[in-house]
Amino acid sequence: MLFFSFYKTLIDEEVIVELKNDMSIRGTLKSVDQFLNIKLDDISVLDEIKYPHLSSVKNVFIRGSVVRYVHLPAAVVDTTLLEDASRKEAASQAAKAGGR
Amino acid sequence: MADVTTADQLDDSVVSEPLDLVRLSLSERVFVKLKGDREIRGTLHGYDSHCNLVLSEVEETVYVMDDDSDVLKTIKKQSEMLFVRGDAVVLISPPQRT
Repeated sequence: MLFFSFYKTLIDEEVIVELKNDMSIRGTLKSVDQFLNIKLDDISVLDEIKYPHLSSVKNVFIRGSVVRYVHLPAAVVDTTLLEDASRKEAASQAAKAGGR
Repeated sequence: MADVTTADQLDDSVVSEPLDLVRLSLSERVFVKLKGDREIRGTLHGYDSHCNLVLSEVEETVYVMDDDSDVLKTIKKQSEMLFVRGDAVVLISPPQRT
């Protein structure tokens, strides 16, 4: 659930989503769910000449599993907070495994 | 088992399961190998049990075989902050320790 919460802090930020088919889509992050499916508004495809298919599309839903990378604006990411959250998540996972 | 886990949590430096190695690499430079002949070097800031990662000051290297000349090309790309989906991750290597 860590990255689900993390993504919710990035809503309304401009991101570039690189898909596993090498296509990159720039857009404003509008919503995200537990599978890290993403909804983007005001999209533009980075290589329009190679991928003209979406040139008239304004917003998209992207299935989480086809995402390779998401390029984020560094300024809006609190790295210290994210590191602490990662440690906490690891500890809670370990506690769950121990209780089994 | 429960006792062992609590003891490990108190001592941050203990590596008792594989992902602990990743935990100890937080805020350090790591090398990540990915599916599809891709490699990444960057500073690790976040991870989860799926190996989803967030890295900063990232240099990505993609190896591509040039179709006609049979020459291995390397393409380098930079990114200031990058989320990497865990299903593409092959390995995560921590920085060299002295």
